[in-house]
Amino acid sequence: MSEAREFKYIGQRTIRPDGYDKVTGRANYGADLSLPGMIWGKILRSPHAHANIKNIDLSKAQAHPDVLAIATYQDFPHVQSEAFQAGEVPTDIIDLARNVLADDKVLYHGHAIAAIAARSESAAQDALSLIEVEYEVLPPVMDVADAMKPEAAVLHNNMFTQGLAEPADKASNIASRMELKKGDVAAGFALADLVVERDFYTPTVHQGYIEPHATTVRFEENGQAMVWCSTQGHFDVRASTAKLLNMPLGKLKVVASEIGGGFGGKTTVYLEPVALILSRKSGKPVKMVMTRDEVFRASGPGSATRSHVKIGAMKDGTITAMQASLCFEAGAFKGSPMGPGCMTVFTPYDVENMYIEGYDVVVNKPKVAAYRAPGAPQAEFAAEMVINEIASKLGIDPIELRLRNAAKEGTQTVYGPKLKRVGLVECLEAAKNSPQYQSALKANQGRGLAAGFWFNIGGLSSVTINMNPDGSGTILEGSPDIGGSRASMQMMAAEELGIPIDQLKPLVADTEHVAYNATTGGSRTTFATGMAVIEAAQDVVRQLKERAAAVWNITAEQVDWADGVAINTTGDDRLTVAEICKDAEKTGGQIAGTGNINARGAGPSFAVHLCDVEVDPDTGKVDVIRYTAIQDAGKAIHPSYVEGQYQGGAAQGIGWALNEEYIYNKDGIMENAGFLDYRIPLASDLPMIETVIIEIPNSFHPFGVRGVGETGIVPPLAAVATAVSEAIGVVMTDLPCSPPRVLAAIHGKS
Amino acid sequence: MVSVVYKAPDSIQAAISILSEAEIATKILAGGTDLLIQMQGLVNESRLFVDIKKIPEMMQATLGDQGLDLGPSMCCAEFTAREDIRAVYPGLVEAAFLIGSTQVQGRASVGGNLCNSSPAADTIPALMVNAAICVIAGVKGERSVSVEEFVTGVGTNCMEKGELLKLIQLPRPAKNTSDAYLRFIPRTEMDIAVAGAAVSVTLDDEGVCTAARVSIGAVAPTALLVQEAADALIGTKLDDKALQAAGDAASAAASPITDRRGTVEYRRHVVGVLTKRAAQIAATRARGN
Amino acid sequence: MSKTHVTTTINGDVTEFLCEPADTLLSVLRNELQLTGTKEGCGSGDCGACSVTVNGRLVCSCLVLGVEAQGAEIGTIEGIESAEKLHTIQEKFLEHAALQCGICTPGLIVSTKALLDENPDPTEEEARYYLAGNLCRCTGYDKIIRAVLDSAKVMRGAA
Ligand SMILES: Cc1cc2nc3c(=O)[nH]c(=O)nc-3n(C[C@H](O)[C@H](O)[C@H](O)COP(=O)(O)OP(=O)(O)OC[C@H]3O[C@@H](n4cnc5c(N)ncnc54)[C@H](O)[C@@H]3O)c2cc1C
Ligand code: FES
Ligand code: FES
Repeated sequence: MSEAREFKYIGQRTIRPDGYDKVTGRANYGADLSLPGMIWGKILRSPHAHANIKNIDLSKAQAHPDVLAIATYQDFPHVQSEAFQAGEVPTDIIDLARNVLADDKVLYHGHAIAAIAARSESAAQDALSLIEVEYEVLPPVMDVADAMKPEAAVLHNNMFTQGLAEPADKASNIASRMELKKGDVAAGFALADLVVERDFYTPTVHQGYIEPHATTVRFEENGQAMVWCSTQGHFDVRASTAKLLNMPLGKLKVVASEIGGGFGGKTTVYLEPVALILSRKSGKPVKMVMTRDEVFRASGPGSATRSHVKIGAMKDGTITAMQASLCFEAGAFKGSPMGPGCMTVFTPYDVENMYIEGYDVVVNKPKVAAYRAPGAPQAEFAAEMVINEIASKLGIDPIELRLRNAAKEGTQTVYGPKLKRVGLVECLEAAKNSPQYQSALKANQGRGLAAGFWFNIGGLSSVTINMNPDGSGTILEGSPDIGGSRASMQMMAAEELGIPIDQLKPLVADTEHVAYNATTGGSRTTFATGMAVIEAAQDVVRQLKERAAAVWNITAEQVDWADGVAINTTGDDRLTVAEICKDAEKTGGQIAGTGNINARGAGPSFAVHLCDVEVDPDTGKVDVIRYTAIQDAGKAIHPSYVEGQYQGGAAQGIGWALNEEYIYNKDGIMENAGFLDYRIPLASDLPMIETVIIEIPNSFHPFGVRGVGETGIVPPLAAVATAVSEAIGVVMTDLPCSPPRVLAAIHGKS
Repeated sequence: MVSVVYKAPDSIQAAISILSEAEIATKILAGGTDLLIQMQGLVNESRLFVDIKKIPEMMQATLGDQGLDLGPSMCCAEFTAREDIRAVYPGLVEAAFLIGSTQVQGRASVGGNLCNSSPAADTIPALMVNAAICVIAGVKGERSVSVEEFVTGVGTNCMEKGELLKLIQLPRPAKNTSDAYLRFIPRTEMDIAVAGAAVSVTLDDEGVCTAARVSIGAVAPTALLVQEAADALIGTKLDDKALQAAGDAASAAASPITDRRGTVEYRRHVVGVLTKRAAQIAATRARGN
Repeated sequence: MSKTHVTTTINGDVTEFLCEPADTLLSVLRNELQLTGTKEGCGSGDCGACSVTVNGRLVCSCLVLGVEAQGAEIGTIEGIESAEKLHTIQEKFLEHAALQCGICTPGLIVSTKALLDENPDPTEEEARYYLAGNLCRCTGYDKIIRAVLDSAKVMRGAA
């Protein structure tokens, strides 16, 4: 990053360009598109958590006059095992196929088996009952600890644990094991005056986006197909769907609708390939929309985990060794975020000796998907709880303890690189100085503090800026905008071009109108797509300067650019963007700029959260009474939407810590698949969430941006659980801190 | 999906004849906040819906010297906005106010809550402690039963085919009487009761409790009137000891189950806490009357 | 199955439609009348994305039958702004960045209008409880509540 730059648009609180459509109901989301002649698809789902499919009889359904097409696994053209990365979590294409439509085995309650398309949604739904499936019911494996036992029922008899010293000789539910280490933990623990170790549990949770998965597709006779869907990454929907259906990418156009939340959960496909099969078979456009019940049962939640963390420290608070064993549930198919869990667990600490092992384990639950900083909240929860316990046992302020050991520029991470300049220390200082940290607590109240780390990612982004003859422009980008990123794109382009933001219209283009863009995830969009926008804008400026030079008969190097105006350095001439664009036809044709990047150097972001709670000692109910979220944004392009990310992450984390969990019965059936009993925070559950934006610029980004979307969900789990622990005097190791669990802890104490 | 025949009669008489002559399974539609959800899972079924909201007397509430005549289908939003009713039966109004969200309140009715007969229905304990009477109309005429007799089990009640709940009558409380209802939910709103407790107390001029009713919800197949808990209050000045005893009696009377909303132990404990707290509030209110 | 003919008023316009008696008002609005501003998040009364008013009262349109609209006045998000001018509540939602993905926004704006019609000067707590049936997963509600309270202030003329 060059020396501090004065910004004109960056850092302002502008009105987002897509806002008008969204407050008036005009914006079109996944379920909002209808096509002429469209029919509806519905999915038959497994009533069992674990069963072999002995037979599927479609004859009655096929004979029904309302049924226009049926899809099963057999409709996938020959799929073979092949590692495949589309979206955030690596997968195997055959697992993806078998998750979208089960082959010979169902692996969770709600697992898709077949789909029917009919003239109406209700007819499709009713016709599902005509499909006869014969099952051989198997015992469900519902907990990572049970799944890892040698005697556990095995989900996939061809799955052998990867990453063992000796190759596995027996199929197991443990898909893989990994290990990260630095220094010598045994020596580190030997130096410690205090060692604390505990077991932790976090439940299966859902991202809880309010918009269910939805798609409308049309397969044309000439082999062209169109998919309209709510996704975080339409290019990856195209890649996965084309792969599953053996289609060339050029035949499949995917249009990203407005998206009603994703948080990682809309980074893979569920309905799209199925709808295309139904459309191909019926010759009609097909719409499919999940019910809320289906979203809970059959989309990808976040992993449940069991972990063990052991940390040693000297009396002065110097941490000498950190050790963790992290077991992540992957759901029905391998591929939990165990890797990032292991990589993030201790990263806020600059400690010489670390040892981390992780297990990726399959269970009879839906295949997990990414959920905001995938793997980090679960892992860092365990670590932060132990850190807080050490602080309390050593009588050291938890902020001081962290400052003493905080990761900073030059810290060697356990997973590879050394950290560049990061903002953890600044976040901790801000926490110390916050009004909340200095306020007093009353009886039955407790305060918790936790730090959090997330890498953030870069990757592929492509952007085109087309200039119009009046000097306005259209920004074509390919990153679905979940939280207002178009506003940031508009501001960054305006800053580079030096023209007012309302002269620029940012659009999320479909897969045919802009080159490949990686999925919106990993907090990459404002960072990476933002860089592509800046590059495209610089390309436009370069061309504008050339055109001005042509008018003035000088070289482009003799033209300066400032505030949207070309300046002739050899004379007094000035030309505005509008003037240059107006006469573009005379100077060489219209002006369009592109930016194609593979962004490196994503800036890691640290956060520190502070939570105060009050516990009702008679019922165990916890109220969050005050909350402050502090995080390094690098540079906040649009501060309101940065604050919004902090607040949203905090709220989701509070829900995770207090009440959210999948509740299963003994047969492996989820009992709370609705918003009434899967309890996400309500407006009345939360206080205002105070925010502090720290800006330690990321040197790899022209404006200093780091991603901000994910880190904010990392600290709340431990911040809330610590506050509860402080209020009741018992360490809460298992989430959620729901009233029965808190009351049991209170009663167990006396 | 269910295929529906929809009728919206404008008199109780007309409703009864539709109900009694129906040839397919019939459902009375009040606010529909239970009914429409219950219908969602059905496949290839038919139902006759009889919408009773066009019947004026189902939608009115009159408070008089004798007490309250509540049209069962008045929506909770309208019912809870009635300051006159709140002044006399604050606990019942509180219970109705707890049902669902603002949006659900715009449709849900006390009659629907009662007729749905869920063990966790919020208004049922509050109706019980107010000694409410259910007036049921059918082809054979009218009959009146207490709420305790009305609800017979999980989702069941004493109404027969062709009958509907026409009126809920609450006697006017005696002097220095008041009620309160509390429930426990994990969030602040939008949950179904894990446990609930309604208490009504009557005090004499010395502040001694002369009459009491205690009803607990979500801890047994139906809401229960707990005489032992009432007895623990009667004859006392509603001091901490008496309140604790009432709470203990409520816990002892509970026979809850473990489900997604709570465990046996938790519900048993919390219903005692709620009983104690509700009794405290009712007492404060009665003292202020 | 025969469809039922319904005559109703939506956002002030007399509107007719045909529907199955089992169809919800939400499905009629979205699928028959293409008024897709009203969203479906759950279909069971739990999320408030489908909030509309029926005869002035705030309800979940997923828990109302289409046939019940007969003779009623329905208000949806499409009727909030007037003559292409945004309502104060809409402006304040934009100004306060009270939306991220925006799927909850139509429901929240319809509900906020109902709140402020009933109570022009709500406290923060009153606003939070009134809107408890409108789930938002993105924002943590902070900016929504600020937008609501600021709208109230402007609409009271107190700003
Ligand atoms: C999101 C949500 C939250 C909820 N929260 C709560 C809560 O907190 N507490 C709670 O107790 N409930 C809650 N409920 C359940 C429901 O809202 C209440 O039970 C409500 O009072 C039902 O009233 P209704 O008018 O909508 O009944 P309807 O659904 O119309 O009817 C319920 C049943 O009673 C029958 N019925 C209705 N009226 C009569 C009559 N007059 N005569 C004969 N039979 C009749 C119907 O046929 C049906 O079987 C909630 C529901 C939802 C969707
Ligand atoms: S869709 Fe109606 S409340 Fe969720
Ligand atoms: S803004 Fe996404 S749910 Fe509210």
